[in-house]
Amino acid sequence: MDQIVINTGDTAWVLVSSALVLLMTPGLAFFYGGMVRAKSALNMMMMSMVTIGIVSVLWVIYGFKLAFGYEANSPWYGSISLSGLGDAVNALANNGGEYPIPLLAFATFQLMFAIITPALISGAIADRARFVAWGIFVAIWVTLVYFPVAHWVFAFGNKVGDTITGAGFLAARGVEDFAGGTAVHINAGAAGLALAIVLGKRIGWQRSPMRPHSLPLVLLGASLLWFGWFGFNAGSALGANAIAGLALLNTQVAAGAALLGWILVEKIRDGHPTTLGAASGVVAGLVAITPACAFVAPWAAVVIGLIAGGFCALAVGLKYRFGFDDSLDVVGVHFVGGVIGCLSIGFFGSSAVNSLGLDGIFYGGGLALLGKQALGVVLVTFYSFFLTLLIGFAIEKTIGFRVKNDAELVGVDQTEHAESAYEMGGILKGGR
Amino acid sequence: MKLITAIIKPGKLDDVKAALREAGVTGMTVSEVSGVGRQGGHVEVYRGSEYPIDLLQKVRIEILAKKENVDALVEVIVKSASTGSIGDGKIWVTPVEQVVRVRTGENGENAI
Repeated sequence: MDQIVINTGDTAWVLVSSALVLLMTPGLAFFYGGMVRAKSALNMMMMSMVTIGIVSVLWVIYGFKLAFGYEANSPWYGSISLSGLGDAVNALANNGGEYPIPLLAFATFQLMFAIITPALISGAIADRARFVAWGIFVAIWVTLVYFPVAHWVFAFGNKVGDTITGAGFLAARGVEDFAGGTAVHINAGAAGLALAIVLGKRIGWQRSPMRPHSLPLVLLGASLLWFGWFGFNAGSALGANAIAGLALLNTQVAAGAALLGWILVEKIRDGHPTTLGAASGVVAGLVAITPACAFVAPWAAVVIGLIAGGFCALAVGLKYRFGFDDSLDVVGVHFVGGVIGCLSIGFFGSSAVNSLGLDGIFYGGGLALLGKQALGVVLVTFYSFFLTLLIGFAIEKTIGFRVKNDAELVGVDQTEHAESAYEMGGILKGGR
Repeated sequence: MKLITAIIKPGKLDDVKAALREAGVTGMTVSEVSGVGRQGGHVEVYRGSEYPIDLLQKVRIEILAKKENVDALVEVIVKSASTGSIGDGKIWVTPVEQVVRVRTGENGENAI
């Protein structure tokens, strides 16, 4: 058998992409941190930061194998192994075919996805979660929800000769999700809704204004997310190739179009295009193009972005109608954007753009692809929502997930971390 | 002796300071305050939700003055702080029993 040699260009791109995707999580910390009130800004950022620590450790111990191991030959999970990845050092990545990149580069790249997904959920429970409970939640949630779901969606199986073993359930059925519309965004969005229900509304929600304390921070965070997202989407090609180029351009134009879509809705509805709207639109567009970026033409990416920006701008108001305090709109942006993106492939998918993809409705492919996409959306939504509800209530009933009322009023920065985000040297704070 | 307290728009502070200095006022205390009057608040919009902001940022200026100067100084402040639009603020005058200069111990009108 021919020995596949490592391709340095492909490997370099995946290495760089891993770092780009990592940057998204601190970016998310700024994006979310600026959106909460000053008294809980640090806690909001710390929820993202501690997730980097927890998931990185679990990934090496068993996470990667649970998501991308093939030994169990199961469509639902990878393999249960505590090898600590010592056996993977000299291997090449094999995911539905061998890639000329080291397995550990692939493992690092995928780790960054496993980090940002639970971090996204934290926006639904701003200002009111016990930090220890959040850490425990993250560890349980990635183990029971993210690692298995990543296997369903991203694991294309170990291909030796013509036999593939251990492919994920959705991947094997041809559900098209290039960079994680289902596994990352719908997954996090559905989980966010569940946790918002478990923790309940913040004191004074809908009565007292809970204005974002720093929109410049929000914009900084959105910009870092945008930058990192090129690694997220174009890096998912696992090579420096034409698909990566397609994903790169689609990512950019969808984000730009969604920015316009969101502030257009605001201008028409509220009279003012806002900074928060522009930042939110960018993220909504990036979310929506994530599953579709390698399967649609650039003009379709513009359309998907416009739809996502406009729709999400309308969807973020739904929480008031239904009465759940999804504080920073994880549902309205990530769930809704993710669903739009996944289903859009059923319309705009084109085999002429990507020979590995199928034709959607607009390219004469009929309803077949849309059906597959809907299967992915529904399965991940229900699994994530109900399992998260279960995990959340289990934590709430045992150690308690929500802080006491007086801690919430004082602010969780002080009660959970003994810090405050801004020390301006006022005389009453001992600053002079 | 009187204490003149003026609540004005933050943007007019420089104009009022300059006008008072021209009128011979050498000392004042300025603080940032929040308040509401007949102007009411304003509305800010975040992700489509309206937040009524009912307390607005204002600046409070406090000046000690001799009784005979009060009317002229109030007029100076009214002229320099006015934009003619709603929310320009308010001025009130209260009697002061005693004033002491900390450095020298002087008191009464000499300490103003």
